[in-house]
Amino acid sequence: MPRSILARSALALALLSAADVEAASDADLAQIRDEIRQLKESYEARIQALEQRLKDAEAKAAVAATTPAAPGPASAPAVASATTAPAPSAGISAFNPAITAVLQGVYANLSQDPKQYAIAGFVPSGDIAPAKRGFSIAESELGLSANVDDKVYGNLILSLTPDNTVSVEEAYGVLTALPGGLTPKFGRFKSSIGYLNDQHQHVWDFYDAPLPYQAFLGGQFTSDGLQFKWLAPTDLFLELGAEIGDGANFPGADRNRNGIGSGAVYAHAGDDVGASNSWRAGLSYLQLRPGDRQYAQTDVAGNSAELAFSGKSQLAIADFVWKWAPNGNATRTNFKVQGEFFWRKEAGDLTYDNGGTPGLARTSTYSSRQSGWYIDGVYQFMPSWRVGARYDRLATGTVDYGANGPYLASEPFNPQRYSVMLDYTPSEFSRFRIQWQQSRLRPDVTDNQLFVQYILTLGAHGAHKY
Amino acid sequence: MNSHQQLLLGVLLAALATPALAALNVFATVPEWGALAEELGGDRVKVYTATNALQDPHHVEAKPSLIARARSADLVVATGAELEVGWLPLVLLQAGNPKVQPGKPGYFEAAPHVTMLEKPVRLDRAEGDVHPGGNPHIQTDPRNIARVAGPLSVRLAELDSANAAYYQARYKAFAERWNAAIVNWEKQAAPLRGAPILVQHKAFTYLEEWLGLKEIAALEPKPGVEPTTAHLSEVLALLQRQPVKMVIRAAYQSDRASQWIAERAKINAVALPFTVGGDDAARDLYGLFDDTIARLLKGMQ
Repeated sequence: MPRSILARSALALALLSAADVEAASDADLAQIRDEIRQLKESYEARIQALEQRLKDAEAKAAVAATTPAAPGPASAPAVASATTAPAPSAGISAFNPAITAVLQGVYANLSQDPKQYAIAGFVPSGDIAPAKRGFSIAESELGLSANVDDKVYGNLILSLTPDNTVSVEEAYGVLTALPGGLTPKFGRFKSSIGYLNDQHQHVWDFYDAPLPYQAFLGGQFTSDGLQFKWLAPTDLFLELGAEIGDGANFPGADRNRNGIGSGAVYAHAGDDVGASNSWRAGLSYLQLRPGDRQYAQTDVAGNSAELAFSGKSQLAIADFVWKWAPNGNATRTNFKVQGEFFWRKEAGDLTYDNGGTPGLARTSTYSSRQSGWYIDGVYQFMPSWRVGARYDRLATGTVDYGANGPYLASEPFNPQRYSVMLDYTPSEFSRFRIQWQQSRLRPDVTDNQLFVQYILTLGAHGAHKY
Repeated sequence: MNSHQQLLLGVLLAALATPALAALNVFATVPEWGALAEELGGDRVKVYTATNALQDPHHVEAKPSLIARARSADLVVATGAELEVGWLPLVLLQAGNPKVQPGKPGYFEAAPHVTMLEKPVRLDRAEGDVHPGGNPHIQTDPRNIARVAGPLSVRLAELDSANAAYYQARYKAFAERWNAAIVNWEKQAAPLRGAPILVQHKAFTYLEEWLGLKEIAALEPKPGVEPTTAHLSEVLALLQRQPVKMVIRAAYQSDRASQWIAERAKINAVALPFTVGGDDAARDLYGLFDDTIARLLKGMQ
């Protein structure tokens, strides 16, 4: 890995310049310096050998400990902490950020055409369909992160899609040096509403997003804006957050206006119960003012109708997760249960345009109250192996189309889905999963879906959020 | 703001500020550093230990409780050498506590103060869970505890200069008692010198180095990879040529692989406390090594 090579060469250079090595003979140093010069074109093995030699030289040069004088036992010679402390970096590449790549692929066997994928009674929310039938690579991810300086941490995550497009999934800075538990974030980021929303898809316990995420957030809610998080100085984990953003993503729409397009507030609490249990629960509220949010829907006559919504969209989420591991040791067995409940209220005007014929477009009041939830449990029954089950359900609730009612109103219907999965995780860096599910997202349409998926992580050791 | 609101605000601020003033809040990632901080800090420190001895230190989650405790910590004491790489960076990033970020006086790593062993010559994840800085389980050698104690006491004195003399005195007393204990343990452990052993995970490199134990093989085919039947059979075959006295494992590990090989090779399976709290006898750092040596000696029989 280039980064470790560079880090080592930096270490080597720094050690050479450090005073600690002065005790080593000039000849030794000259020789090592010479090798350092060649090192630029050298491979990893060479650097390691060199590092070992430097270590030896360093041990010889060990100076007296800076620690308080204390009688050491005969068998425990004092070790100079100064010489073994991490050496400062040098060289133009020594500051390269941590790089992580995530590779994913899937085999999908779907009884219904994914191009027709839609959730009846819900406003289409964007690209939520499962992968294409058969083999495909799923979204790959490339992440770069590092401290920018003493005040800011930066993170960039690019998403590489199977159809050869690159999109910026997240690109944000975090102010890290503020006192008082404040960690403001700015840029493009996944909102911290709910539980799953700010987790990347490759760390989910199932291949796809729960139905409420698909229906209400188009998968996940991301915005360009600001986030303020405050962590209370209590033993109980209590985090309060507020976000403002452009509100360009579903359930918002690009507004072409100055000012704030979306706002969110949330509170998360969490703690341990004994050594074996831990939990987190939260409440979130998201409000947007989409202007001219356009979508297509089939009207009662069977024609494709162009619709546009302008108004207020409010979403509330209650989420919880409970984890159990015997004595807190999740290596052998552990269990996790999580659930989230969504309520959405939208009110405003809906413009109905049948075929774009002039004179037929009409605008009327529109309001809806809809909800949905999911719950899942995942059990690791032996090291590396987990099974999981999930149930998702949506309620179309009440939708009032006003004067457009005769053309658009549909029967109430509650989409639902059952999923089971089995996954194998040979190491922290790879996972293989098989998932089967049956969904009824439209009346009289049952979709049986099978996914076989792999997730591979390369590079820096990523840390997973709780 | 009227006087009632001012009073309320004052009370609230006082309530928030008080816990930090009582004592130095120490957040230790693993029990051994929590115990050491208690030895050195006495009643001037309030120690929170993020993990217990029955947890696999390689697989810890960035739980809400850890983030909350890191928020109010004055000092984070970690092993380093990437032992905590899977969770501590995330906890520190979310904690919103600039005092304990790496590089700040409130962040202390033990590994830079000891000589690291088993630095990998090949950095490749195909080699299993390898740590570029060397084997991070440094606490199994009490001389390493002594090496960390000095710098840690200096750090405590830096952060809480009003009590610097107190920390220095406690360090001196600890170092004397600890060094005497090491001499005593070495005497007790004399029969262990050169004894061939098996280990389940390569967690005892520093213990072996200290007591002169000879590690013949590990039950894990690669560090952090679960023992497989094929690999265990190979180890069993190896024991025909190189017999061992016992197979040792850490308290947090499953006993299945150890028992499997112990039954077939007719050797002792020994569970070592590994860190403070690993069993009933290992209540503090002294108990940890008293019990470790007692169990090893028993395993020799």
